[in-house]
Amino acid sequence: MQHQQQLNFSNRYTRTAMSLHWFMAVLLICLFAVGIYMHELPLSPWKLQVYSWHKWVGVTAFILVLARLAWRLTHRPPPLPINMSRSAEFIAHAGHALLYILMIAIPLTGWLMSSAKGFQTVYFGIIPIPDLLAKNKELGNLLREVHEILNFILAAVVVGHTGAAIKHHLINKDDVLTRMLPRLK
Amino acid sequence: MRKIIATLMTGLAFSPLAQAIEFNQVQAEKSTLNFVYKQMGVPVDGSFKKFSAQLRFDPVKLNMANVTLDLDVTSIDTGSDEADDEVATKVWFNSKVFPRAKFESASFKALGGNRYEVTGKMSIKGRTQTVSAPFTLNQQGNSAIVDGTFVLKRADYAIGEGLWSDFGTVANEIQIKFHFVANAGK
Repeated sequence: MQHQQQLNFSNRYTRTAMSLHWFMAVLLICLFAVGIYMHELPLSPWKLQVYSWHKWVGVTAFILVLARLAWRLTHRPPPLPINMSRSAEFIAHAGHALLYILMIAIPLTGWLMSSAKGFQTVYFGIIPIPDLLAKNKELGNLLREVHEILNFILAAVVVGHTGAAIKHHLINKDDVLTRMLPRLK
Repeated sequence: MRKIIATLMTGLAFSPLAQAIEFNQVQAEKSTLNFVYKQMGVPVDGSFKKFSAQLRFDPVKLNMANVTLDLDVTSIDTGSDEADDEVATKVWFNSKVFPRAKFESASFKALGGNRYEVTGKMSIKGRTQTVSAPFTLNQQGNSAIVDGTFVLKRADYAIGEGLWSDFGTVANEIQIKFHFVANAGK
């Protein structure tokens, strides 16, 4: 019985992992929505402000994903349910890997795009983030496309991720979803 | 004989006479007119692609020196196509009505060494202001390389009115950087 309880306990994500997961979920959804909204705007002070905010929040998300990756590499996540098939396990791991890759690649392309377009990113208008590329209009436009495509891929993977969590909860009736949820007590 | 001529010419090149040289042929393709403006605290580079400059400058005859700069406002490169279209509008340069901006020098001042200061009238968008710009002049053989910078306040010329008149998004101060190469004429 004692053994069972311990297993249950270790089958949950750490509080840090949960906080990072949910905070970033909100952040990324906002960034995505703002990204779609802002590029249609006619040039105005409002547009410039929204772009700056998007960049600052994007830098924050980039820092958080690095912290999250460091946490993930030093804290083993709870194992997947034992009754999952090999292929389902593979899809779960591949999906998570893809989420991490995209969460790193998207802010990177945003950063590179800003540099290539000649608009340096200055974090909160205070900390200049070095330009990794020299100004180059064609490259800037290409990076904009890449940034956009990666975002739509991320959106698709997030839909899959959410769908899988719900499927595990409702159909498989396992703890895959609840172990990422804080206990509401 | 050749040696004598060579020696004479070397002597001539270093004589004070060589200093009294008037630079009056501006090399357009080697000259640049750039600016830096701040947008949400971020410095952004821009330039004017088309301008012409008339210069008469002899370091020892400053009272005779004179510069006129005529720039094509429509040739502005603000760093993005979207902004290039925007700055042509009425609230910015209104470049349909005011396609040209002009600077005419009134006086020059020696600041010591190779440093000078020019004061003159700057006209943009139908508004004229007195501006001063320090610059350096470095002589290289037959040509002079002039580099200077000064701050222009966009509000003085009503550049960016209405929505844009708030300096929170686009700062008032625009740093202008000029680089001219002028050859000595006859």
